[in-house]
Amino acid sequence: MASFDPFSALLGGALIGFASVLLMILIGRIAGISGILGGCLALAAGDKVWRFAFVIGLILAPVASAFLGYPLPTPQMPASWVMIAIAGLLVGFGTRLGDGCTSGHGVCGIARLSARSIAATVIFMATAIVVVAIMRHGFGGRS
Amino acid sequence: MTALASFVCGLIFGFGLLISGMTQPEKVLGFLDIFGRWDPTLAFVMVAALLISGIGFALARQRRRPVLAAQYLWPTRNDIDRTLVVGSILFGIGWGLVGLCPGPALVNLAGLTPNVMVFVLAMAAGMVIKDLWNRRVHSSIVVGNDAPSPSTDG
Repeated sequence: MASFDPFSALLGGALIGFASVLLMILIGRIAGISGILGGCLALAAGDKVWRFAFVIGLILAPVASAFLGYPLPTPQMPASWVMIAIAGLLVGFGTRLGDGCTSGHGVCGIARLSARSIAATVIFMATAIVVVAIMRHGFGGRS
Repeated sequence: MTALASFVCGLIFGFGLLISGMTQPEKVLGFLDIFGRWDPTLAFVMVAALLISGIGFALARQRRRPVLAAQYLWPTRNDIDRTLVVGSILFGIGWGLVGLCPGPALVNLAGLTPNVMVFVLAMAAGMVIKDLWNRRVHSSIVVGNDAPSPSTDG
């Protein structure tokens, strides 16, 4: 299990906040990843250039950070590809239906004190806590 | 110029996710596992991100317009409707199952792990399905009952 490092957590969080502010001050957009990616994949033509640029930046971030001495840790994922695919579908569909994810609602929305984003964040976080409780501790079933 | 600015913002955002530990699903699941060995990392990340973005957005509002665009596109809706609730529940289920949300999933693509690629492909498919479904619902509202509805799919 990865150890808890409050300094990295605070520094990383500050960078996430800084990037969100920078995107707003420079090009006037909210840094919501599901919205940005959804716009890239939308069938309708639209302002896709800045969206693709942001996504490419995200994808290349680990390459840049490796030079700074922060290699990308290998993520621990469930063994089942079916489970991973179902989770991916739910995350993709759900974030588009709910107009946002951890970045758009959880950071940018709460920072704006949007009631809609606060509600969304409370709901997805509470739901995920219940899912993890069931998966790890088997509430309602055998533990 | 906007593309370059956006690219740099994506880089910084991704770097922040990486060093905060949020690209590691086990740390996210550790935060969500309030009945197990709780990992407070995500709370620290959010507090720092909210502090900076809260102050930064307030400063941004002091300017009449963004540096490289004609206007700020702040979200305007503030209602809590059914799609917001249902969408957030579905997202919460997927997030709790694997511990990845859209940002960390994309950052993890650089690791070329097959599992991550499966997740990102499925996530992209989920987004496209939502887009197609939107168009269907929208076209059936715009077109009357009797009129043959034009196919907007594919």
